[in-house]
Amino acid sequence: MSNEVLSAPHSMEFAYTRSTGPVVGAFLTGLRDRKVLGVKDSRGEVVVPPPEYDRTSFAPTDASALVEVGQEGVVTSWSWNPTPRSGQPFDRPFAWALVQLDGSDTGLLHALDAPRDAIRTGMRVRIRWAESPRGFIDDIACFEPVEEA
Amino acid sequence: MSTEPVTAVPVSEIVTPIRLDYRYTPGEASSRFLRGMKEGRILGRRCPSCLKVILPPRGCCSMCGELLGEEVEVKDSGTLVTFAVVNVNFANRTIDLPYVTGEVLFDGADMTTMVLLSGVPLDEVRMGMRVKAVWLPEEQWDYTLANIDHVEPIDEPDADYESFKELL
Repeated sequence: MSNEVLSAPHSMEFAYTRSTGPVVGAFLTGLRDRKVLGVKDSRGEVVVPPPEYDRTSFAPTDASALVEVGQEGVVTSWSWNPTPRSGQPFDRPFAWALVQLDGSDTGLLHALDAPRDAIRTGMRVRIRWAESPRGFIDDIACFEPVEEA
Repeated sequence: MSTEPVTAVPVSEIVTPIRLDYRYTPGEASSRFLRGMKEGRILGRRCPSCLKVILPPRGCCSMCGELLGEEVEVKDSGTLVTFAVVNVNFANRTIDLPYVTGEVLFDGADMTTMVLLSGVPLDEVRMGMRVKAVWLPEEQWDYTLANIDHVEPIDEPDADYESFKELL
């Protein structure tokens, strides 16, 4: 019998079902309707995506007090992903970007579909919606550059 | 069929799959064990310090930490040391409930192995009963302990409690 060490592929997968909470649920419901909702927090800043608890006062946020923000925004930071993994928005190299949507005071992390050379902090981008929104973060397929006049 | 999206119900749940793709390497000792399984043999390894036969073998004795020594083939008959009656299935398991998982001390080994116990009414399962492996058809054997489909009782007197109590 051989003494050679064996080796085999081994995949582990867990499909967690998570309750969203009322505020994140409302945010995802908004995505399904192709709207982006944020919450005005105790500092008066609009946070997108809206958290269930205020980041300063830690008080529960109010799902009925959500505000809609714009579908365009500004890249405040980005990072190139040269080796995408299974389940990520693209199967080719792409950028992750923090996008501050118009009317929001925080960055939303998502994929940005643009050539690496064309990306810069401060560039204007807009949401590209998925064809069939379902109430999940990938209803935003990605961001794409806004052609500047 | 309506094409109108169901937007009346707010989102309250999401499913978030988490997946990890490994290349698993069992190491030298377990590779020998798995190659043995492929041939329908159960291979343990003896600790040179405590002289126990470790099954399945790792590189070292789990009690002494010594590098394991000679390979020892154990039998596919053994003693049911302890067991659990399972009444709640977990994901992807299709065995009819209730079923019994047993810790079996195969003859020649000094450690128990967890296997499915079949072929006996639940109220007749007892510690010390003698069992034997029921293997899958040989053409299905692979590098896995799952080649042993289950164990079932054999017509032998129960093992004496004193003979396995240190394993409990």
